[in-house]
Amino acid sequence: MAQYGFYVDTSKCTGCKTCQVSCKDDNDLPIGVNWRRVYEYGGGDWVKHEDGTYTNDVFTYYMSISCNHCATPACTKACPTGAMHKREQDGLVVVNGDVCVGCRYCEMACPYGAPQYNHEKKHMTKCDGCFDRVEQGKKPICIESCPLRALDFGPIDELRAKYGDRADVAPLPNPSLTNPSLIIGTCRNSRLTGDETGKIQNPTEVGL
Amino acid sequence: MKNWLDKTILAPVKRRSFMKWSTAVSGAAMASSALPLKAIASATADNNVIASDTKTTWSACMVNCGSRCALQVHTKDGVITSVESDNRGDDKEFGQHQIRACLRGRSIKGRVYNPDRLKYPMKRVGKRGEGRFERISWDEAMDLMADKLKYTISEYGNDSIFFTYGSGTQGYRTDGQHAFKRLVNMIGGYLGYHGNYSWGQIQYALPFTYGTKKPSAFGSYTSEIKNAKLLVMFGYNPAETRMSGGGEIYEYTQALRESGVRTIIIDPRYTDTMLGKEDEWLSIRPGTDAALVEAMAYVMITENLVNQEFLDTYCQGFDEKTMPAGAPANGHYKAHILGQGADKTAKTPEWAAKITGIPAKKIIQLAREIGTTKPAYIVQGTGIQRQANGEQTTRAICMLPILTGNIGLPGTHTGDMPANFGYPVPTLPSGSNPVKVQIPFFLWTDAITRAHEMTDKTDGLKGGTKLENPIKFIISYAGNALINQHSQINKTKEIIADESLAEFIVVVDNHMTPSARYADLLLPDVTTIENTEVSSDGYASGSMGAVVPLVPAIKPLYECRSAYEMCTMLAQRFGIEEKYTEGRTHEQWVEHLYAGARAKDARLPTLEQLRVQGPFQILAPETGRIALEDFRKDPIKHALGTPSGKIEIYSTKLADIANEWTLREGDVITPLPQYVTTWESHLDPKTREFPLQLVGFHTKGRVHSTYHNVPVLREAVMDGVWINPIDAAARDIKNGDAVRIFNDRGETRVLAKVTPRIMPGVMALGEGAWYKPGKNGVDMGGAINSITSQRPTPLSKGNPQHTNLVEIAKA
Repeated sequence: MAQYGFYVDTSKCTGCKTCQVSCKDDNDLPIGVNWRRVYEYGGGDWVKHEDGTYTNDVFTYYMSISCNHCATPACTKACPTGAMHKREQDGLVVVNGDVCVGCRYCEMACPYGAPQYNHEKKHMTKCDGCFDRVEQGKKPICIESCPLRALDFGPIDELRAKYGDRADVAPLPNPSLTNPSLIIGTCRNSRLTGDETGKIQNPTEVGL
Repeated sequence: MKNWLDKTILAPVKRRSFMKWSTAVSGAAMASSALPLKAIASATADNNVIASDTKTTWSACMVNCGSRCALQVHTKDGVITSVESDNRGDDKEFGQHQIRACLRGRSIKGRVYNPDRLKYPMKRVGKRGEGRFERISWDEAMDLMADKLKYTISEYGNDSIFFTYGSGTQGYRTDGQHAFKRLVNMIGGYLGYHGNYSWGQIQYALPFTYGTKKPSAFGSYTSEIKNAKLLVMFGYNPAETRMSGGGEIYEYTQALRESGVRTIIIDPRYTDTMLGKEDEWLSIRPGTDAALVEAMAYVMITENLVNQEFLDTYCQGFDEKTMPAGAPANGHYKAHILGQGADKTAKTPEWAAKITGIPAKKIIQLAREIGTTKPAYIVQGTGIQRQANGEQTTRAICMLPILTGNIGLPGTHTGDMPANFGYPVPTLPSGSNPVKVQIPFFLWTDAITRAHEMTDKTDGLKGGTKLENPIKFIISYAGNALINQHSQINKTKEIIADESLAEFIVVVDNHMTPSARYADLLLPDVTTIENTEVSSDGYASGSMGAVVPLVPAIKPLYECRSAYEMCTMLAQRFGIEEKYTEGRTHEQWVEHLYAGARAKDARLPTLEQLRVQGPFQILAPETGRIALEDFRKDPIKHALGTPSGKIEIYSTKLADIANEWTLREGDVITPLPQYVTTWESHLDPKTREFPLQLVGFHTKGRVHSTYHNVPVLREAVMDGVWINPIDAAARDIKNGDAVRIFNDRGETRVLAKVTPRIMPGVMALGEGAWYKPGKNGVDMGGAINSITSQRPTPLSKGNPQHTNLVEIAKA
């Protein structure tokens, strides 16, 4: 089975959120539904010295995440209707809105926050890898929109040959849970999955 | 979270859309969408169908971020469906790389189809500022405006007509501001201003150091970074201010990746330019950069790290040898730094540590690094100069490349902001302004209330020594400086609400902005997506220039008209239509001027090709990318435009100004660039009541105040005041709490972003949020200018909008 996936280079990303907004524009998503979200992860402390000066060990980086079209998705397992399914031809995980009953079990199961409930449509929605664009030989809208050229998309084996296979970067969960089709390019500030020195700094912006 | 979304984003939109649109929109359309976009689009589509199926047209995002990103607007049956940016080619070759729009440009559909859109001309019916208007016809509107202009000119004179600063639509070459200024110049002119809110102090101050021969922003290109061994950035933050994927941030990150140059960034915020791309971040108290520079100069001088030969040959005033005749003894830079000058204070690292908040050993380390690494590219952003001592700071930063001779060579810069190419697309000739006197851009409210007091030596007038008339007639085109972007909203509000002062206010815009509420006459402009134009790449595209076509994607919504059409109608009423139009429609001016451009540059495609193919890109020539390269090669032949022809560390002109001008108490102008403690610095006794410094910054979520009313952007980037966890804990403030920020000038309400990314004692708030008046002068909209001061800076009389002492508390 073919498997497409994403590459996210956190050393290039500046957290501008163009990927999130271009996705919303192209897919006409309402407020509150974000198929791509940009997590601001950071931490560090300040020390005040006797002379009133400061030093710090502050760090931050952004992590743009949509759906990772996992090899062993948690969402499809949790779906009672079969609406959430993994496509044979490209490994993309999509939801059939006509079948979905909106029980939101997939939302609870996914460790990446990918399935998003649409209150207008009353069913789940999520990143579909822009499979219609991909079928036309294009990249997903978010990839083409990135001003910093921090994102890539393609057959995951090709991406891994090019970029490696790390996905164990905070604030992401342990990749062994769902085997995400995702590669993270690390930066100088990167912390490993499970890191306790930082936290997600922008909870309202990512729907937490 | 859901609660926050409802309160902050959905509720106002829903309420507005219901109130404003329920009559205009069919019930089915309303029911199908929680947001008004589709409803507005479908409500207006019927009358505006220009195509029966789908099409894609080139346009651009035309706002004041400095870039001009390409947009491809997809429409179906005359309604915008989605917006893509530049996706041409393989994006591999620098110079032909895609001019990718950021999140603002990608959300432009939300600006075109927006419940705030002005639909038809309106005149005020309530008190000024109340926001009550009634619809009138275009003929009535143009008659009214022409009559008021004629009255103003005969009663007071042309010098009482004023255009406020406005950059909400930027980059027009044949429309907008150009159209209005052409018209008003033809009927006798207007009171002009010099400077601008972005670069008021840097552009005024640096010519005293580097001369006036070159444009003010004339540093080296960002591309030169790749030739440097060390990169030092004072407040330079392209990731949040120069966001285009075809512009400075892309070029900057490319240069960094290519060379791996060691990068040190000095800023009170851990900005999005950093994120691990920097080698070191030094957090500094706002307004104290000059003290840091002076302490580094102390280290360099005492450790013999200055380039004495460069200072002797190219500069005036480093030491006794190069001081001009008549200058005071020990008035030179070296004496000032070593404590032999007027203040008898040695500018030691320990002295600066207390002021800046940077440990002395760090200052020594940085000084040694800059003193021993060549070439070093030293650059500043321009938030740094929007301070009460900004002119001093901006000149002081330039002392680092000057002291080390890092000027005019590959991999160096002058310390200015970086240069950009900017392809010279021709503009509609606007003629010359018969009114010669100009006010500093920031003193327009003063020119309403105390014009009779203002002179060249008290208030920085240029082109004249005094004002004959106060401002009586205001035109605000695509601007929000009338209330939102000017300092001290509560004071501005009183001044512009008084109908006996400024007697008539015309606002021309796309949306009902906070400024638009203060109009006597409201004129609805077309959006750039509805207009035709050939624009350039802007002023932040790095070494890539472009000629950018705008093709109307949809017909103008409602009764909106372009500024050129409005001015043509006004010209009729002044009997000068033929003179104004020269027989051309707006489209014909675009064609005419483009034909002229092509005659000069044969590389340009035909206008038809340009409109089909999208932006035409041209890389800047390889030569001329290094600032002052010619001067470095031959300082006699290429002498600078300073009195001495040299780089003036000690400025002869500033010495004269310091003697001649009358300054406010506490203000100083000095011939040397030096640290000056100012009002509302962290050392001001006022800190007892208002202990925190508040600076503004450019948020990713809008461009100044443009795009603020687009819900997807408000969702993507939370408007929150950045506060350090230490300061937040002392006030029991948690991330996401509603807070009030206040001082003796006003109060604003916003959410708190509690983050270690801002140094203790300092807070930062993204500028440009729309002022939303609540009770007792409290702003509910998070507009920073509720807090800022109208007190001008000493030299340029510019905007100190990042100098604020405040307190914060839970709301």
